[in-house]
Amino acid sequence: MKILVGYKRVVDYNVRIQVKPDGTGVVTDGVKLSANPFDDIALEEALRLREKGVATEVVVVGIGPADLTAHLRNGLAMGANRAIHVVTADAVQPLTAARVFLKLIEKEQPGLVVLGKQAIDDDANQTGQMLAALWDRPQATFASKVEITDGKATVTREVDAGLEVIEAELPAVITTDLRLNEPRFIKLPDIMKAKSKPIDSIELGSLGVEAHDHLKTTHYAAPAKRSKGVMVKDAAELVAALKQKGLL
Amino acid sequence: MSKILVIAEHLGDKLNSSTARAVSAAAAVKPDTIDVLVLSDAPDAIAAEAAKIDGVSRVLTVARPENVHALAAVLAPQIAKAAAGYSHVFVPSTTFGKDVAPRVAALLGVAQVSDVMSVEAAHSFKRPIYAGNAIITVEADANHTVVATIRSASWAAAGNAASSAPIEALAIDNVTLPTHTRFVELKQGSSDRPDLQSAGKVVSGGRGVGSKENFEIIYKFADRIGAAVGASRAAVDAGYVPSEMQVGQTGKIIAPELYMAIGISGAIQHLTGIKDAGTIVAINKDGEAPIFEIADIGLVGDLFKLIPELEQALG
Ligand SMILES: Cc1cc2nc3c(=O)[nH]c(=O)nc-3n(C[C@@H](O)[C@H](O)[C@H](O)COP(=O)(O)OP(=O)(O)OC[C@H]3O[C@@H](n4cnc5c(N)ncnc54)[C@H](O)[C@@H]3O)c2cc1C
Ligand SMILES: Cc1cc2nc3c(=O)[nH]c(=O)nc-3n(C[C@H](O)[C@H](O)[C@H](O)COP(=O)(O)OP(=O)(O)OC[C@H]3O[C@@H](n4cnc5c(N)ncnc54)[C@H](O)[C@@H]3O)c2cc1C
Repeated sequence: MKILVGYKRVVDYNVRIQVKPDGTGVVTDGVKLSANPFDDIALEEALRLREKGVATEVVVVGIGPADLTAHLRNGLAMGANRAIHVVTADAVQPLTAARVFLKLIEKEQPGLVVLGKQAIDDDANQTGQMLAALWDRPQATFASKVEITDGKATVTREVDAGLEVIEAELPAVITTDLRLNEPRFIKLPDIMKAKSKPIDSIELGSLGVEAHDHLKTTHYAAPAKRSKGVMVKDAAELVAALKQKGLL
Repeated sequence: MSKILVIAEHLGDKLNSSTARAVSAAAAVKPDTIDVLVLSDAPDAIAAEAAKIDGVSRVLTVARPENVHALAAVLAPQIAKAAAGYSHVFVPSTTFGKDVAPRVAALLGVAQVSDVMSVEAAHSFKRPIYAGNAIITVEADANHTVVATIRSASWAAAGNAASSAPIEALAIDNVTLPTHTRFVELKQGSSDRPDLQSAGKVVSGGRGVGSKENFEIIYKFADRIGAAVGASRAAVDAGYVPSEMQVGQTGKIIAPELYMAIGISGAIQHLTGIKDAGTIVAINKDGEAPIFEIADIGLVGDLFKLIPELEQALG
């Protein structure tokens, strides 16, 4: 079985995001970029399935500008067999990303597609679900445990009410939550090895996807700031302050 | 003019308060109608509750045995069908809505606006990105249905109406529902405490609490003041508490009147979950912890000493 993994590059989660004063975007120049943490988890899960003999090949997919290659090499260094780079200079919205993945699925015929539950830049939390709809296959979102047996995935999902277990026939789309696994670190020799692994580049325009984005971002703003509060010196003072506010 | 379909969230036969919050967001569009859609195997009790929400024009029910559990693959085709004629489909941005709404949007061939915080105009919304570090204004194409998830913490629940809205059964025929996805079980931590997402007071513990056993001190204090209990990701990862208690970017986004962060450092991903809380109290032994930068009231000290003292001060 082949597994396709979404491997998006985002602003590193440690970066303190600054909104440009003119409201046209956030500052991304010179900012550290990393793999979306959920996608590292997706790749790790796929690699573990390959190591268990459930999967035979793991393919990482990135949709983005020409300089995405170095990022995809990280995915290869982590252990993916090969990478597909869908090249576009434009920022793609989830529906377009899902349509791109569907095109790749038609070509690659994977048994499983593993994406992050959300990308930590746009926090959209949509692509996997949209892909599953377009592909007319099961989705198992927010996965914290995955077992593959007899052509089906048994997935534990982190939902508001607790942990939900569902069964999905393969092929299917799984989106990862944080507690699914702890991604491995990339070792130096693997970076060398990754240099000889293949990266297929495909122009997004050549895939024939309808890239009509319905949403336009017209303005970026910094969030409202909470004003700095007060410090109290002991428990009694805290209780008094809360009682005064009518909170206790 | 706008016609809005709000998808009801429920667990078993209980309506979730996220539904009334989504109705508030719908009302902000100033539409002609707000209909609520209830998909269930037995929708009557849920529909009766939804009919009481102020601003609701009609409650539509789809009763099918397949709807006994909220499986996105099963619900989405029915919702997409029911959406015909509506300008907007609003779904709560809970794990239920996050799971099903994009599937509906894709079936309709439209984009989705995630986590709507405010309605600027019928096709203009504000939503957070980068864990709430930037707020964007997005314009949706007025020629297409708007599918949006509603960030519960940004909206108060709509109140009760003077009289109940009519309830009508909706026939959704000739949609084939897939059988490729099956519900197995839901493991719920049973708790008599208030629900984390709707509680007025929340006490959360972090890694500083140190162990599952030590977390008892948090539960005990929360019970004393009638609060729900939450946690940081570090506390969940370390196994002190179950995952449904996580507050933050990847956990629950909450807006209680009182939030007490105890032994929590205040990482940006945690703060995302509590930005809309009324009063934030931080208790931490490190006076330099970032949580104090946003706390309304801070107290520096050892939680194991301070919590008993708080209980005593409560009298
Ligand atoms: C500099 C910059 C400017 C931007 N400007 C805009 C803008 O003006 N308007 C706007 O709407 N958006 C903008 N974006 C963000 C936009 O392109 C998002 O990437 C897109 O909307 C998808 O949302 P998401 O990644 O949050 O999707 P999610 O649904 O949260 O993604 C879930 C998962 O899908 C997969 N996936 C999604 N996209 C990709 C990808 N490209 N490659 C590989 N896997 C992927 C990953 O596995 C990911 O974990 C900008 C981004 C950058 C970096
Ligand atoms: C993609 C991504 C998503 C994330 N999503 C979330 C999320 O949704 N929610 C979330 O919470 N985190 C999230 N995180 C993790 C987040 O970055 C932090 O690691 C986490 O919030 C830290 O938890 P903590 O404050 O309990 O632990 P720590 O940062 O270790 O802080 C513990 C605090 O306890 C204090 N302390 C210790 N002992 C005592 C004592 N006896 N008395 C008083 N104080 C004491 C310490 O001074 C310290 O400040 C996410 C991270 C990533 C990368």
